[in-house]
Amino acid sequence: MSRYTAVTDTDRAAMLDAIGVGSLEEIFEAQIPAGVRLQGGLDLPDGLPEQDVYAHLLELSKKNTSAEDEITFLGAGMYDHYIPAAIDMLLGRSEFLTPYTPYQPEVSQGGLQVMFEYQTAICELTGLDVSNASVYEGPSAVAAAGYLAKLASPKRPRYLVSGALHPDSRQTLETLSVGYGTEVVEIPLKDGVTDVDALRELLADGGDQVSAVIFQQPNFLGAIEDVQAISDLAHEQGALSICQADPIALGVLEAPGNQGVDVCVGEGQALGNRLDFGGPSFGFFAATNAHIRRMPGRIAGETTDADGRRGFVLTLQTREQHIRREKATSNICTSQALNALAGVVYLSWLGRDGLVELGELLIQRTHYARETLTAIEGVTALHGQPVVREFAISLPDGVDVGEVIALAQDRGVNPGFDLGRVRDDWKGGLLVALTEQRSRSDIDRLAEVLDESIRAYQGGERSPLGRSGSTQEVAA
Amino acid sequence: MSAVDQTVVAYERPPADASSATPMQRERAVTIFEKGQEGRRAFEAPALDVPEVEGLIPASARRAEPARLPNVSEPELVRHYVRLSRRNFDLDSGFYPLGSCTMKHNPRLHERVTALSGHARLHPLQDPKRAQGALELMYNLERSLGEVAGLPHVCLQPSAGSHGELAGLLVTRAYHEARGDHRTKVLAPDTAHGTNPATVTIAGYEVVPVKTSPDGGVDVEDLRAKADSQVACLMLTNPNTLGVFDPNIEEIAKIVHGVEATLYNDGANLNAVMGISRPGDMGFDIVHYNLHKSFTQPHGGGGPGSGPIAVSDRIAPYLPVPVIQKLADGTFDLTSTPTDGPGSKTIGKLRGFQGNYGCFVRSYAYICSLGGPGLQDASETAVLNANYLLARLQELVGDRLPLAFGERCMHEFVLSGTVMKREVGIRILDLAKRLLDHGFHPPTVYFPLLVDEALLIEPTETETKETLDAFAEAVADIIREAEEDPSIAQSAPYTTPVRRLDEATAAKRPVLRQPL
Ligand SMILES: Cc1ncc(COP(=O)(O)O)c(C=O)c1O
Repeated sequence: MSRYTAVTDTDRAAMLDAIGVGSLEEIFEAQIPAGVRLQGGLDLPDGLPEQDVYAHLLELSKKNTSAEDEITFLGAGMYDHYIPAAIDMLLGRSEFLTPYTPYQPEVSQGGLQVMFEYQTAICELTGLDVSNASVYEGPSAVAAAGYLAKLASPKRPRYLVSGALHPDSRQTLETLSVGYGTEVVEIPLKDGVTDVDALRELLADGGDQVSAVIFQQPNFLGAIEDVQAISDLAHEQGALSICQADPIALGVLEAPGNQGVDVCVGEGQALGNRLDFGGPSFGFFAATNAHIRRMPGRIAGETTDADGRRGFVLTLQTREQHIRREKATSNICTSQALNALAGVVYLSWLGRDGLVELGELLIQRTHYARETLTAIEGVTALHGQPVVREFAISLPDGVDVGEVIALAQDRGVNPGFDLGRVRDDWKGGLLVALTEQRSRSDIDRLAEVLDESIRAYQGGERSPLGRSGSTQEVAA
Repeated sequence: MSAVDQTVVAYERPPADASSATPMQRERAVTIFEKGQEGRRAFEAPALDVPEVEGLIPASARRAEPARLPNVSEPELVRHYVRLSRRNFDLDSGFYPLGSCTMKHNPRLHERVTALSGHARLHPLQDPKRAQGALELMYNLERSLGEVAGLPHVCLQPSAGSHGELAGLLVTRAYHEARGDHRTKVLAPDTAHGTNPATVTIAGYEVVPVKTSPDGGVDVEDLRAKADSQVACLMLTNPNTLGVFDPNIEEIAKIVHGVEATLYNDGANLNAVMGISRPGDMGFDIVHYNLHKSFTQPHGGGGPGSGPIAVSDRIAPYLPVPVIQKLADGTFDLTSTPTDGPGSKTIGKLRGFQGNYGCFVRSYAYICSLGGPGLQDASETAVLNANYLLARLQELVGDRLPLAFGERCMHEFVLSGTVMKREVGIRILDLAKRLLDHGFHPPTVYFPLLVDEALLIEPTETETKETLDAFAEAVADIIREAEEDPSIAQSAPYTTPVRRLDEATAAKRPVLRQPL
């Protein structure tokens, strides 16, 4: 008996008696063929008392350098925003934490109403008609949007994908395209944004094969895209416009739904969710009414009960795997309800004005950071496009970005993401992200440390921990 | 909660008029968007500490209208969501025998360790050399899960069970394609969970259903007839969704491997066999785990989950990247371009970053707490509890709710309500709704599809005998009550925050957001 079970020897005897067997072994023997029984138990250590497990997990946590241990400007898809204390408290409530998916709506009105509110918030942010109750996370949401486009235009096997779509989204879409029977063709970049002329050309020849144009706002390099122009070109050829968006930036940027976007998806982590080394967070997924029956995942809807009271249920379930099986619009079942709850609580905490104020603050600080860093000798902007909260710079020629990041981290500052890790033509590039937790003095410190680290690198200094990034990828 | 507490909930039939409504029923559901006033706020932005520059964002890119989010103070915000939370039934306050979902206790330690800043505030793109604790944890978790499954290579990346299924079919495809073998079909029994056939389609295959035999396992002759060289894989849940451990699993593996297909295990039911029987030893090539079931990640009202997969040597090269490697000096690395071994011929990525690390922390803590013997004890107790509850229910209401297949079960079992419907006049749905008035979450209803009026019951190992007894007695009470007056159950529930909801209208005239 472990501390999480409660069957005593007395219980067991009574239970076996009620079942009508002499031992538990009889039950297993009767059902499991002898040839596949495990002999001798699992080759795992014995269990530990709670306090020892805590000590072990604490020790492991201390071997990580978290955003609490350094001044970090790392973003590239997940961001170190402040998480209000109310979120910790609300997510810790067992009534939210421990139920399953709301299969019994009469005793799940809390969770269902949260979904309904969440959907409302996402519709407001994206300017689209309908939102589902969450998908796994950002990049798989992009792939799910690709599947929606395939369902909308089964005879069009091609996606045109911006070169500044998040590389994880791009790769996830490519992985799943093998199953979809679709192909991914890249739209080149110009000055840090999707090259609209190149897109026009790609659509002029074989545009009737394209089911969707997929891009990101702001894009992976932090730059603001011309969403309307991209959407218009897609629509001219009967393709969908699919946009992956940063929900924080949508506080100040025009809603994609007002710029011709048919499906807007994105990574929801920035909305009140922890970094958690990459998850769990949530993906949001919103579309125009035209695609409501092609949406993936759970959707909550309003209705009334037997006495006429307002209530909420899971609805439009004939899209879903448990009803439609092989004809479902998606295979998703468990998604990210608790993380989406954090998302809607965060947006309500910010409020109508707060979301805008946060965005405006980020715009100003990001501009200041870009100006300050490009004032360092040899450092230039990788592109000059307007940005909201993230921007790309180039370090001086001949400087290894991974080495400089390591040297800066040794000095207590994580300057950002080494762009050369994802594209050869971005070698020398550094992607720097801001949140409201990075003040002017943090930015000044970053500039100081980056300058110092570049000079140190040029002077032959190397981090004792080695170059930032995978050890083997460095060796290769 | 004692048996007495469980049954104390009033289940006298209250009249359905408004004057008798419970306080919670009287409270009209009001969304956060209908609350608040302009000018109220919970958030205060940090002061602008840099010189303000105008015109940084072109007007054409700027939002014309702000998103119409609520304007609420922190007290309003907190009260709103606390009150909403009270309109949920949850595992911490009552028995939740939802079959196939393994609603076992979620230890609170896990929430504490996951919240440690070294885990919670670790950026996914942190340099692997500065995330050694996380990589060590993931490496250890991979090893432990691999041992439980009896398969050597684990990829933690998939986000839930169905995502693991997709990973499993995509690595299967890559494996066949690498041999120049282009297959088109995937077999799945008619007892399969809906995610199985849905995944088959998304992975670009055609699903071919396999029949279930009278013993509740796969119809071996039907399988033999359908297993041909076009079959890429058989997706099998074992024990299956009837709670039946397939008696012919060895023969099934032989047939599937005989046509060079892969054998995939939907591991949603792993809680029945930890330390007792391992999918790898049964002949499975691939298995997915639901960490939010067997390894007690709290389900959050519909996620998050985590669906790692384990595979055999021949499948390992195709696993998603990045992969974790232990280097010669004992440190850990995270690489997207392994030169050999797992991931060296990768299918690519299935999502961003490494997976749901927060879930890994919880499940790893769980495995550390229980150890090998504790995991085995968990499964043994789960099977004991299920068989005991089955015996109690058969003793009390066996004539109304017979077991659908076999005599005993593994960790869950399916009763059929056909006789009850005919003889007593209430459906399984009515029984489920009336259970709500008794303070229990109902079992899974109308699944698996091949059982008429199915009731799928999974008590899990963390429940006491007293709770199981109370539940069995509640079911018996409801049927007894219905023998006298079926209309009571037919109109249940009465005591829940709302009563039976009109799902048909919700689907016919969808209202999917708060109008503003
Ligand atoms: C048998 C079975 N297979 C697959 C799944 C899908 O798992 P998930 O919800 O984690 O995607 C479930 C759970 O819902 C299940 O019960």
